Amino acid sequence: MAEPLFTPEEQKKFDAGIAEIISHYPPDRKSAGMLPALRLLQELKGWLPPEGLRLVAKHLEVTPERAMEVASFYVMYHLKKPGKYVIDVCTNLSCSLWGAEKMLAYLEEKLGLKAGEANEKFTLRETECLASCGTAPCLQINEDHHESLTKAKLDAILAKLS
Amino acid sequence: MASTAKAIEPIISAAWGKPQSWTLDSYRKRGGYEALKKALEMQPAAIIDEVKKSNLRGRGGAGFPTGLKWSFVPKDSPKPKYLAVNGDESEPGTFKDRYILEDDPHMMLEGIAIASYALGVHTCYVYLRGEFKFPAQRCQAAIDEAYKAGIFGKKLMGKDFELNVYLVRGAGAYICGEETALLESLEGKKGWPRLKPPFPAVVGLFGSPTVVNNVETLASVPAVFQQGAEAYAKLGTDKSGGTRLVCLSGSVNRPGVYEVSMFTTLSELIYDDKYGRGMPAGRKVKAVIPGGSSAPVLGADELDVAMEFEALKVKQTMAGSGGVIVMDDATCMVRSLWRVARFYAEESCGQCTPCREGTPWQTRLLRKIEEGRGEPGDVDMLSNVASSIAPYPPIGLGNTICALGDAAALPTHSFLMRFRDEFEAHIREKRCPFGDKPWGSFGDWS
Repeated sequence: MAEPLFTPEEQKKFDAGIAEIISHYPPDRKSAGMLPALRLLQELKGWLPPEGLRLVAKHLEVTPERAMEVASFYVMYHLKKPGKYVIDVCTNLSCSLWGAEKMLAYLEEKLGLKAGEANEKFTLRETECLASCGTAPCLQINEDHHESLTKAKLDAILAKLS
Repeated sequence: MASTAKAIEPIISAAWGKPQSWTLDSYRKRGGYEALKKALEMQPAAIIDEVKKSNLRGRGGAGFPTGLKWSFVPKDSPKPKYLAVNGDESEPGTFKDRYILEDDPHMMLEGIAIASYALGVHTCYVYLRGEFKFPAQRCQAAIDEAYKAGIFGKKLMGKDFELNVYLVRGAGAYICGEETALLESLEGKKGWPRLKPPFPAVVGLFGSPTVVNNVETLASVPAVFQQGAEAYAKLGTDKSGGTRLVCLSGSVNRPGVYEVSMFTTLSELIYDDKYGRGMPAGRKVKAVIPGGSSAPVLGADELDVAMEFEALKVKQTMAGSGGVIVMDDATCMVRSLWRVARFYAEESCGQCTPCREGTPWQTRLLRKIEEGRGEPGDVDMLSNVASSIAPYPPIGLGNTICALGDAAALPTHSFLMRFRDEFEAHIREKRCPFGDKPWGSFGDWS
């Protein structure tokens, strides 16, 4: 028998979360809860497994294809299991003016990954603007911003990631 | 340079950096929610008139008059009406809304309450870009406080008027900052912009009348009622009332978000002691993007212009989202444009062919030129590709459903208009004239 998607604890959080999400929309517009529901699933599992997408679709009364269509449109949803730490490095104009391209090259060398690659511990991505242009260069690790980075600051941050 | 810029009394940023500025308690001690009290004693139509008189213009990019936008909502619609707050701040160079959400979210919530009452809205969705984890936490905490204090909920501050406010986070798509794409996203779909008309004020969220306002626009509303519309209007120009937030980034000594008078010039913003404090030692300004990455670039000799909607329009550029990006004389313009073009190629939703095909084509051509592989004719080709997405001028008449096409083409047109020599030098010399230092040598990463 296939392993259940959720642990009992996760199941409880999922059920309560979905109920809360649906309550924010008109009763005939449950499908509007798609983005928050996918976020909830990803918070619980670290990514969007196919059986999870089917479950979300069932709760929101849409087809699984519709859930997949939305999930594949937005870059923050992971359709494959990512590394434990997803590092998004902004290389847009303001960040590049403060050295972001070199920061990315430094990270690639240090992690032994090219942008777009992943291993069990890290997923490294080149990303677009993170709204930190005044505190450039910036990167995001699992949704936490790290700004005004220097080599020393970045090394200290990486050293804390077990 | 000693400060000569006209001093202003900050309105939106007054409490930033002060202890606990994001809490309800702090906001109330500063007179918070008094404007809502005043507005609740007025008729909804009078509230809209007051906002019209204030000359408040939208701060998200297009600069549309806020009161006029509110007045487009049909009064006799049998359908529920909605307010959607646009906090999908994602345009390179723009980072102001983050500060409002992190440091003073109640100011925006008070604006939401006033707008909702004026428009007859009982449900408001605050849509924040997915990457805004911390701003979302601060904003949600403020919403919770407002519910607990009886400001939101069944009775809007004691008045027989129900208002529910829900926060929704996006998931990484710049296009969702376009108002109709935002509505699609709020409806749980991919963010594909809708054809207009019909405009959201008539057919918006769930097919109902909907106003979409930027975070800063709504945060500006309480001041209109605290100061009075006429006093608020007088702070600005004839057509644009109040103060505005500008985001300064790039090659400048003190980047940051500054609240300025509409009369402040780009030159003052960059050099004045109160703001940017000039360029790094030995550098000169080469170019400035005045309103987020989509705004046409200006040259160093065009900085004596007020940072307000009409003045920048005269220069064939725009105030846009308030994102000012400064480039110095060590910056390669081809590489700068490549970075900007790459953004639009990444963020095109793919719905319209000129944008879907044209934006990556621009990016490939720019990369080729920057890497010294450019051929004669590539610059003209680049110009043609941009023209097929959106001709230039005039601004805003592109060949696509939404303005992302314009936003992707305008930088190309303006960079080529002002810095064509540099593009041609790359092709002639078969290399980047700036070698391996196209950004100069800032900070620890040089």
